[in-house]
Amino acid sequence: MSKNPTPEFIEPAGPTPRVRAGKTSSRSIEHFVAPLAETPLQSVDKVDESATPLSMWGQAWRSLRTQPLFIISALLIILVIVVAAFPGLFTHTSPTACALEFARKGPMPGHPLGFTFQGCDIYARIMHGAQASVLVGLFTTIAVLIIGGTFGALAGYYGGWLDAILARITDIFFALPLILGAIIIMQLPAFRDSKSIWTVIITLSIFGWPQMARITRGAVIEAKSSDYVMASRSLGLSKFKTLVKHVLPNSLAPVIVIATISLGIFIVAEATLSFLGVGLPPSVMSWGNDISDAQISLRNDPEILMWPALALSITVLSFIMLGDAVRDALDPKARKG
Amino acid sequence: MSEQLKGQSVNGSTDQDRPLLEIRDLAITFSTPEGPVNAVRNARLTVMPGETVAIVGESGSGKSTTALAAIGLLPGNGKVTGGTIVFDGEDITHASEKRIIELRGSSIGMVPQDPMSNLNPVWKIGFQVKETLKANGLAGNNSKERVAQVLADAGLPNAAVRAGQYPHEFSGGMRQRALIAIGLACGPRLLIADEPTSALDVTVQQQILDHLDTMTSELGTAVLLITHDLGLAAERAEKIVVMYKGQVVEAGPALDILRNPRHPYTQRLVAAAPSLASKRLQSQPTEVAEDLNAVVKAEHPTVGEDILQIKDLTKVFKIRRGLGRSDDFTAVDNVSFSVKKGTTTAIVGESGSGKSTVAQMVLSLLKPTSGSITFDGQDMTGRNERELFKFRRRVQPIFQDPYGSLDPMYSIYRTIEEPLRIHGIGDAKSRQHRVRELLEHVSMPSSTMHRFPNELSGGQRQRIAIARALALQPEVMICDEAVSALDVLVQAQILNLLNKLQEELNLTYLFITHDLAVVRQIADDVCVMQHGRIVEHSTADEVFNNPQSEYTRNLLQAIPGATLLL
Amino acid sequence: MFTMKRILQLIPVFFGATLLVYFLVFATPGDPIAALSGGKPMAPAVEASLRAQYNLDQPFWVQYFLYLKNLVTFDLGQTFSGQAVSDVIARAMPVTARLAIMALAIEAIFGVIFGVFAGLKKGKLFDSTVLVASLLVIAVPTFVLGFVLQFVVGVKLAWAKPTVSSGAPWGDLILPAVVLGLVSLAYVIRLTRTSIIENKSADYVRTATAKGLSRRRVVVVHILRNSLIPVVTFLGADLGSLMGGAIVTEGIFNVPGVGNLLYQAILKGESATVVAVVSVLVLVFVIANLVVDLLYAWLDPRIRLV
Repeated sequence: MSKNPTPEFIEPAGPTPRVRAGKTSSRSIEHFVAPLAETPLQSVDKVDESATPLSMWGQAWRSLRTQPLFIISALLIILVIVVAAFPGLFTHTSPTACALEFARKGPMPGHPLGFTFQGCDIYARIMHGAQASVLVGLFTTIAVLIIGGTFGALAGYYGGWLDAILARITDIFFALPLILGAIIIMQLPAFRDSKSIWTVIITLSIFGWPQMARITRGAVIEAKSSDYVMASRSLGLSKFKTLVKHVLPNSLAPVIVIATISLGIFIVAEATLSFLGVGLPPSVMSWGNDISDAQISLRNDPEILMWPALALSITVLSFIMLGDAVRDALDPKARKG
Repeated sequence: MSEQLKGQSVNGSTDQDRPLLEIRDLAITFSTPEGPVNAVRNARLTVMPGETVAIVGESGSGKSTTALAAIGLLPGNGKVTGGTIVFDGEDITHASEKRIIELRGSSIGMVPQDPMSNLNPVWKIGFQVKETLKANGLAGNNSKERVAQVLADAGLPNAAVRAGQYPHEFSGGMRQRALIAIGLACGPRLLIADEPTSALDVTVQQQILDHLDTMTSELGTAVLLITHDLGLAAERAEKIVVMYKGQVVEAGPALDILRNPRHPYTQRLVAAAPSLASKRLQSQPTEVAEDLNAVVKAEHPTVGEDILQIKDLTKVFKIRRGLGRSDDFTAVDNVSFSVKKGTTTAIVGESGSGKSTVAQMVLSLLKPTSGSITFDGQDMTGRNERELFKFRRRVQPIFQDPYGSLDPMYSIYRTIEEPLRIHGIGDAKSRQHRVRELLEHVSMPSSTMHRFPNELSGGQRQRIAIARALALQPEVMICDEAVSALDVLVQAQILNLLNKLQEELNLTYLFITHDLAVVRQIADDVCVMQHGRIVEHSTADEVFNNPQSEYTRNLLQAIPGATLLL
Repeated sequence: MFTMKRILQLIPVFFGATLLVYFLVFATPGDPIAALSGGKPMAPAVEASLRAQYNLDQPFWVQYFLYLKNLVTFDLGQTFSGQAVSDVIARAMPVTARLAIMALAIEAIFGVIFGVFAGLKKGKLFDSTVLVASLLVIAVPTFVLGFVLQFVVGVKLAWAKPTVSSGAPWGDLILPAVVLGLVSLAYVIRLTRTSIIENKSADYVRTATAKGLSRRRVVVVHILRNSLIPVVTFLGADLGSLMGGAIVTEGIFNVPGVGNLLYQAILKGESATVVAVVSVLVLVFVIANLVVDLLYAWLDPRIRLV
């Protein structure tokens, strides 16, 4: 509270009536009583035993599974993951068996989407390219969750110098936009000469964790000030165990939402880096590389670029939509009984 | 009767005899994802010019909804689905947006409930008053002076300077004064006051209500007062309308309702109203006493020795002023008292008195700056972890917020079992048996154990919190505002439960509260705290019948309805 | 008071960020000269000048402080072709600044307008359409959007020049600015919408309505003003990502700005230029953040006294 320039108001000391008789009216007032039949009395604070018990996650799941947005995005994500894991189930054409005689040819039987500039089958390349995107997205998110989640939770829970240092570190990382920072790292000799999926994951993780740390920190700070945390401490639960058993589970909701959305964002970031030539090596089949390669033929054959771009966008969209749907289902305002 | 009134107004009788606001058979429905909810049914009430009418009811009774409908302020998903609202002879049930805007401010004013959230934080107070005057064409040429005048009328000192400040520079009481200034700025004929002082300390509450009374009677403004507090309603209104589950169950002259409640719900309410309770209990035990609404204080045949001794307890907080500077703030200043085994000691004080800080220090959740806390003959300050762990079994807390004190992720079973698990008591089977037993203790069906906190009401959660606290068979329970957030009837129920448990288990309570009325119902000894110090420490009877300090007298005087002669 | 505190907090951010960049380039395994040259063989004269520029014979901390000193005095070394990096940046900066300002303006104007209407009409058709469209824009990578718009608007429809002419006049920059601002536009819409929905049901808005204010005044004075506070903060912080995003956009539209400069430097392996450009961008970002903080304090009186 700020200091007020003028003093708090104090009622003028006067003769205050010691006994108030209540107000009476000169008008005659009817005394109305509703018939008891119409206004039945219920017992005070009765427990409703009819409904089936549901945890918070159970309730969220119940509202989620009827949401079209959630169903569509979840099905799409499952499809993408299956494609990434078993591309062979969806195509028998080798994505690397490219023949220049087919270059930029349109669709033909067995090759529903036609051929690239190099004469590779576009459909096969999309199916086999899913793996790189999904792996980068998934592992970067896991790494970011572990690093950012741990730092954020500890800083938020214990506060003090740890928190102060973390706040400055995240500030520093926020001063370097993701793409800019990733470019610098990716062209370091150590990374430049051994480009792989892993170097991309490491790079994106280095610049992705501060965001997650911030979110986790905020969620943990909110959860730790709850009375149930104080109640557990006074039951004798140690400070660290309270963090693990009560604070973390209750901070999970916003973290899961951001993690889902970030997964999509990391896939876009990988494609952008590959497009700039500092991402995945050309030897790795990926949507980003294919889009990058297709630039040259954009004016004459835009569909060569469109197909992998479409696959990429739908995948990313699914993750973002899923995050949005989960956020709505876990909305704290809806959570209160 | 309404037909008759209508006839009168047509016949051109004086304005004083025509109802200013008449609500007839009002029905309001909210559309929710789970289907339509009938929030209000068959509501009826009449406000005559210059009259104060109070709508009394618990949360969810539809009292605010009914009043807000009169000024066209129902939330987006709410709709009037039946009945009529007549203001000064004009049917405004389905009035146009334009007409309602004309009426708002100039004919019907509003004072909202929570002073903290009802002023826009980014605009100066003066600006927010000025736009009210402007919108109703009353700003005139020297709007600055008008604004200062309006604020001064509401009891704000130094109003011209205050007008240039932002809401966060105001205390809660001053904000409420600013809101009253806004509500009455354009001299409305009806003022809707929605729990105008519930968020404030009792002494401030009294000052503000007194001032509001004076202002409205000077202006001849009728007031529709919405409150959960029957005592307050009886003290301030000529007429009381009691609402229950969306319906009006009883309406009539205030004192008549209090002395002679006819509907069983009103009878319950009168019996339980804490501000009226003890007097009523002695004078006329009502027939509804058996359904646990009236709080009956337990007698203690055997009062034991001191179990808890607090001596010279002091807590100083450092308040950071930025750039490494900090100020000392003494929250608890040299506090000493003791608690006898098997009794209840209440610590009473207004916000900022340091009462909760004392509770946290007794619970060893906060380190005292100096002084000692002796529990069962042993000094608790400076104990190691192991000794503290043992201590925790014997002293348990119950907190205020029934929504925050249970982990929403834990089922009721896990919640009550947690203390047993932490202290390694029993095996899975015996623990389950114990959880059942504890639920029974707090009168909850054992099927509750599979539920989650968000499926229970506030009072039920508080009962679960009590069961969890009892799990370790503690000797002392620290109740920090344990019933403050509950509706009157539920509050009475919990207080009775606590009384019953004390008798059965010989528990000792340290009861922290701002509400003297509750203290009267449960405490044996009372410490009154102000600005971190104990200003009075005596038995409950002494404090209520023969208060020694000026501050205690003020507090007692400020209990709504306390001085009503019934 | 608040201003002083923020300035003091931004100093370590500036040092930390530049140190991070410097550390990454010069202290990671491998010969820094190799890093600076992008692994390509270079003339001994160039190598000597690099060694001198970055004081590679000195200990790391001395190197870093000399580099900071050079940065502050805008002495940023030379490109492979012998131009002063500071001159190159000075030429490219105004172009990127123009591009970023236009993108920021597009984001701010359209983002707030769409966001406000979507928020006020929550759940209606307009709201759902805007929401889905914003998700789509976030999901499609900027470079794909860039290609598509360049192809459709620039080539097929020929409404705008597909690439920017040498002087980078304002008119030519409209299309790249749209592409650059599009993703952030989607975020601004979503943020404004959420903020409006939250404020719409605030108690003080109800009180303002009860005072007898017109609907319009309630929306503009009470809902909008309060909702814009987080949006302004976002816009300021977004200047940084616009600078980063400029790499892609300027590459596609061949805009002679800082992003393109950076992109070319990366392709050519001119790490010295990369470090210099990124350092300047960090500086811009830190200053932009400071401006946002001041703006924030101006918009929200509660902040001023903290």
